[in-house]
Amino acid sequence: MDGTLGNSAAETGVLPDAPNASVRMSCRNINVFYGEKQAIFDVSLQIADRSVTALIGPSGCGKSTFLRCLNRMNDTIEGCRVEGEIMMEGKDINSPAIDPVLLRSRVGMVFQKPNPFPKSIYENIAYGPRIHGLAQGREDMDEIVEKSLRRAGLWEEVKDRLNLAGTSLSGGQQQRLCIARAIAVRPEVILMDEPCSALDPIATARIEELIDDLRKRYCIIIVTHSMQQAARVSQRTAFFHLGSLVEVGDTDQIFTSPRDRRTEDYITGRFG
Amino acid sequence: MLSELGHLPMDFLLLAAAVTLASFGFIAGRLRAEQFSFSGDIHPNSRPNAHGYFVLMWSLVPVVLIGLGYVLFGEGASRAILRSELPEGFSILTPGELTTYLDTVARAARMPDFLSGERVFDTVTERYGEIRGTVNMVTLLAACALSVAGMFVARRCLSPGFRARQHVESGIEWFLFLCAAVAIATTVGIVASLVFESLRFFSEVPVWDFVLGTRWNAQTNAEFGALPLFFGTFMISFFAMMIAAPVGLYAAIYLSEYASSQVRAIIKPVLEVLAGIPTVVYGFFALLVIAPAVRSVALWINQMLIAWGLADGAVLAAQPTSALAAGIVMGIMVIPFVSSLSDDVIRAVPQSLRDGAYAMGATKSEAVRQVIVPAALPGIIAALLLAVSRAIGETMIVVMAAGQRAQISTDPTSDLTTITVQIVALLTGESEFDSPKTLSAFALGLVLFIVTLLFNLVAINVVKRFREKYE
Repeated sequence: MDGTLGNSAAETGVLPDAPNASVRMSCRNINVFYGEKQAIFDVSLQIADRSVTALIGPSGCGKSTFLRCLNRMNDTIEGCRVEGEIMMEGKDINSPAIDPVLLRSRVGMVFQKPNPFPKSIYENIAYGPRIHGLAQGREDMDEIVEKSLRRAGLWEEVKDRLNLAGTSLSGGQQQRLCIARAIAVRPEVILMDEPCSALDPIATARIEELIDDLRKRYCIIIVTHSMQQAARVSQRTAFFHLGSLVEVGDTDQIFTSPRDRRTEDYITGRFG
Repeated sequence: MLSELGHLPMDFLLLAAAVTLASFGFIAGRLRAEQFSFSGDIHPNSRPNAHGYFVLMWSLVPVVLIGLGYVLFGEGASRAILRSELPEGFSILTPGELTTYLDTVARAARMPDFLSGERVFDTVTERYGEIRGTVNMVTLLAACALSVAGMFVARRCLSPGFRARQHVESGIEWFLFLCAAVAIATTVGIVASLVFESLRFFSEVPVWDFVLGTRWNAQTNAEFGALPLFFGTFMISFFAMMIAAPVGLYAAIYLSEYASSQVRAIIKPVLEVLAGIPTVVYGFFALLVIAPAVRSVALWINQMLIAWGLADGAVLAAQPTSALAAGIVMGIMVIPFVSSLSDDVIRAVPQSLRDGAYAMGATKSEAVRQVIVPAALPGIIAALLLAVSRAIGETMIVVMAAGQRAQISTDPTSDLTTITVQIVALLTGESEFDSPKTLSAFALGLVLFIVTLLFNLVAINVVKRFREKYE
């Protein structure tokens, strides 16, 4: 495995291929186990702020599992164990001192299938700010809801029916609702686990535009099965294979001149 | 000789005939079909086995139909023939006496020890034996003959182009339909008997006197005001749900969201054991443990109120059996219904919703309270409604722990009675169903049926709406 790239980056604390970008999260020697079975092998990866990092790789390569380490969603899976160090603002998010509830308010997540809560559109957005006490009063909350929906590009479509059930929207709208919901708690990082895999091409294009727009404010990490999508939306790409990080680098470089043979085989469609 | 045949084990013989003839039919059909699957250049429509089953069906159906007819009408037909032959003297007997007499005759015909030695009786009995023998004989012969006939007809139908497979498939469909129809027919029968007997009751006692009357004393005074019974049923079910709804729901939440799989593997079966305890056992638990406890607490409260000068005399009735005791135990009894059903619906809430809530930074209790339980609410309501209808229909605990007095009292420590208890009380030790007293039991049963039916219908509808949402 050509792990030296990631490792050396972790040691120096800057991105070798983009020295100007600041590092938002820095993972070192991550191992993940489901019971006895190891799913992630010694992955080290730097994640740049205000950019989109794509995680690609064949099914079952561990990219979703890795993503879920970043906001400790793996805690909710019985028998799952995470080893290694994930630094964010100088603190290891896996340390007992970090409250996963607070961590998740800073590292939001959007899932593969749109999963709006069985509540109204308004309440879906207001849910996060309410449990974290981010709004002072009704007007403040209205403002947060409007701002989040605007940023997710959904405001114009739903502003007249905020009291309708979130589940009554179309699939693509539901996914943008989920993105708005994640934005509403003012996260710094947004994790996206194949956010377009359940959507049609037009809805996908809208989400991709939105991701490109959001990267000006947030650090975004996206797991995707579609290499075209990775090439379109991301600035950096990491290729996972069999639970290991094979190669990470500038998206253009990964897609035009991959260093590793396996990366080349994957992006040219020879396997996966 | 004929009367000997009266003792034939007809059920066994009919079964044996059915099995034998059906096997013959199958073999006959199969052999015939094998001939044309190997000869001829036409490709047969169906496999040989399908032909076999086709002939089997045709040889089986007549035996089954005749057997069914024999079971339903064999005895009645024999008696009808006998009655038409009875000597003149019997016409002085009332229909009831005649039936009793024929019962004795039938028993004597089965077991010769019962023969009395009295001449007329013995002659009649012997004649009855002969009739039975003839009926048995005719039945058996008819069954076999028709079966063989069916077999031949079916076998003649067979040809390479014959669509035996389709016929067999539709035969299976009919069989399955009949099984389903039995359940429906039984329900319809029960409802019809309830309705007709209730109508007989209401022809003697006005409906409104029954529904709104406040005095119930069916045993001695023929007072049929059922309101105290409705009230008692409502009170006890209410107490039961006050216990079962919170405890059952919280247990379900613990089981589905908090418990590790090891803990769950222990607690869930133990909770379900509660559902398996016979209600009589709950009944004497209520009578021996809970009712005295309720009483002593009530007495203590009375004393305290008097001691503090808040009351002059006893405020609570503090009866040895009480509505509260029965309600508490009934609540414990229906906990597993609530917890088990709610556990299922809570677990059916998609994992993606949980993930969504946790990813927003919700704590576990926030996720449960604000996302998971609201999503599962329709199912939980359905579980509660099913538990209510179960509590309403419960009898044994109430008989033992709530007493028998029909009264309207909001004091939970006084005794009262319910619909089901009164039905039992009305019907035990009675053989004639023609007085208003026994008929009132049917009216009570009808009310009970309507109420539980409504609860179940609402529950089913709620569950249906819930299913549509996530599939």
